[in-house]
Amino acid sequence: MSKEIEIRGVKDMPPMAVSLGLMTVNKTGSWRNMRPVLIAEKCTACSICWKFCPDMCINIEGDLPVFDYDYCKGCGVCAHECPTGAIVMEEEMR
Amino acid sequence: MIAIRFHGRGGQGAAISSYILAEAIFRDGYEVQAFPMFGVERRGAPVASFIRMDNKPIYVRCEVYEPDYVVVLDPTLIQAVDVTSGKKPGGFIMVNTDQPVEEIGIKGDFTTIPFDGTKIALEYHLGTKVAPIVNTVMMGAFAKSFGKINIDNLLFAIKDNLPRKIADRNAEATKKAYDLAPKIE
Amino acid sequence: MKKVVTGNHAVSFASKIARAQVVAAYPITPQTQVVERISKFVADGEMDAIFIKVESEHSALAAAIGASAAGARAFTATSSQGLALMHEMMHWCSYARCPVVIANINRALGPPWSIWTEQNDSLAQRDTGWIQYYCESNQDVLDSIIQAFKVSERVLVPSMVVLDSFFLSHTSEPVDFPDQDKVDEFLPPYKGEWVIDPDNPHTFGGLTGPDKYYELHYMLQQAHKDAEQVMDEVHKEYEKLFGRKYGRIEPFMADDAEVLLVVSGTPASTAKQAVIDARDEGFALGSVKIRVFRPFPRELVKEVCRGKKAVAVVDRNYSFGNQGIFFTEVRDAIYDLEPRVPVYSYITGLGGRDITAEDLVNIGKAAEKKECDNPTWWGVKL
Repeated sequence: MSKEIEIRGVKDMPPMAVSLGLMTVNKTGSWRNMRPVLIAEKCTACSICWKFCPDMCINIEGDLPVFDYDYCKGCGVCAHECPTGAIVMEEEMR
Repeated sequence: MIAIRFHGRGGQGAAISSYILAEAIFRDGYEVQAFPMFGVERRGAPVASFIRMDNKPIYVRCEVYEPDYVVVLDPTLIQAVDVTSGKKPGGFIMVNTDQPVEEIGIKGDFTTIPFDGTKIALEYHLGTKVAPIVNTVMMGAFAKSFGKINIDNLLFAIKDNLPRKIADRNAEATKKAYDLAPKIE
Repeated sequence: MKKVVTGNHAVSFASKIARAQVVAAYPITPQTQVVERISKFVADGEMDAIFIKVESEHSALAAAIGASAAGARAFTATSSQGLALMHEMMHWCSYARCPVVIANINRALGPPWSIWTEQNDSLAQRDTGWIQYYCESNQDVLDSIIQAFKVSERVLVPSMVVLDSFFLSHTSEPVDFPDQDKVDEFLPPYKGEWVIDPDNPHTFGGLTGPDKYYELHYMLQQAHKDAEQVMDEVHKEYEKLFGRKYGRIEPFMADDAEVLLVVSGTPASTAKQAVIDARDEGFALGSVKIRVFRPFPRELVKEVCRGKKAVAVVDRNYSFGNQGIFFTEVRDAIYDLEPRVPVYSYITGLGGRDITAEDLVNIGKAAEKKECDNPTWWGVKL
């Protein structure tokens, strides 16, 4: 994480609601309770998960999906949409 | 302040003629305002458009109720609407018709000028044979009888506002109407 | 160079000469010609902008906000129901501090369907945090749009420039078109400090709790306060460059007037004739146009009303269940004047009903005689 910026009042604030830290360091994947995991043998490389991911956290590398756990919030849409059941949601162990 | 009202039917170009005439009047050095009847326009339904001109800034921004001059593009309108409504004494009403003045059927304390604009429009192939477009021709005739609009400015405004394909024919027809129309006063 | 153009063309030309970079708009009577003309400018290569065809006014403003958030100068135009559909995005735009400029053509809301002028569409957006200008002539429209971009980009508050349906939108009259060079000098390219940048990603408008939201709104109000001074500076600069004088309010023969008409939009122009006519009869009438409605020019209104025998506020709008909208604002602004100045409310011209110079003289006379029911529905057929 970027260093915390202390905001006491309007003098320290930008004029609109904007994250002060860069999103490259503010890894929102930390919100995740369930993580998608690929069962590669079942995957037909159809890319439906890539299309459906609402947070653009699935990249296709080679033919197969790779999850970007830095930003994936674990919503499970990819697992729900996968026609072959190749994505399973597993509890996040922290 | 002088107010002019045009009567026409939707599609006959009453609105565009007020815009064109306004540009000519402006080029003559006057302040000017031009607007169509406010509302929806349907093809063939009676419509009107208006002009105000003055040597001073024009502040009033309401509708024209008492025109000094009236131009009627389509003689069948005389049965449909009261083209003399609010007409101030003096000035004239110019009607596009091939009938003599006593056949037009409007009366009041003003001059009525019949002018056969349709004939000129047909001669110059403006619009179609069934539906000739007389707006520019009637502006030419009006400009002459009115006496305050320079014909060159009117021709410029016509060329400035109409598509190139029809601008020259319209300008020539307008010039002819200007030459034929009577000078009043 | 002066040209004879309609209010709609003045809007299109202003957006072009202000070098708007993104225009997203959806056609609606009486604004349609604006969309037609701007899309033609772009198609013909006369205007270096992206024109986005959208499926609704909600999307039009959403697209303009996106463009503005990415640092582009964004413009749109609408009217009536279209503006109502933008409402959600109106808040988003001002709270996100995107300096978008909108031209809104005042048209009465339905039902019943109406295409004639009334101010309720724009005044329903009063509390969305936007700057609002009300114009009296096509020149005013063109100049206000150019000025609005400058003010909005300085204080990061979007602006709405309002013109009357038909009375301006479809009325043609001489308008001085400023030279592009001079406009460029007056209005340099927009450089936003807080813009979306993929190389430098930030979240905009994310969830913000009560501990910060409150402060953000305080800052928006401060920006409105700053806008007053910025406008005064901008008006001076505009006059120097283009020779036309503007104010947040514009008094006409108000100094020595006993009775003052408070007007906005095209009736502000007609009121000048009413004042001239009244003076010819020996009646000391004056008028003041509220050109900028938000931020409301409280102090200026107070000063111009000071010492008057009567103030008559002419509203082409209504807040149902209360009063005319300009009336409540004016009375609030001058409430603590000593001695008290009586303020009277006249509702007129709803749904495009005509307001003549004679009406305005008679309203002034009624106010002088304290003939008013606060409000009086002037000319209503009972």
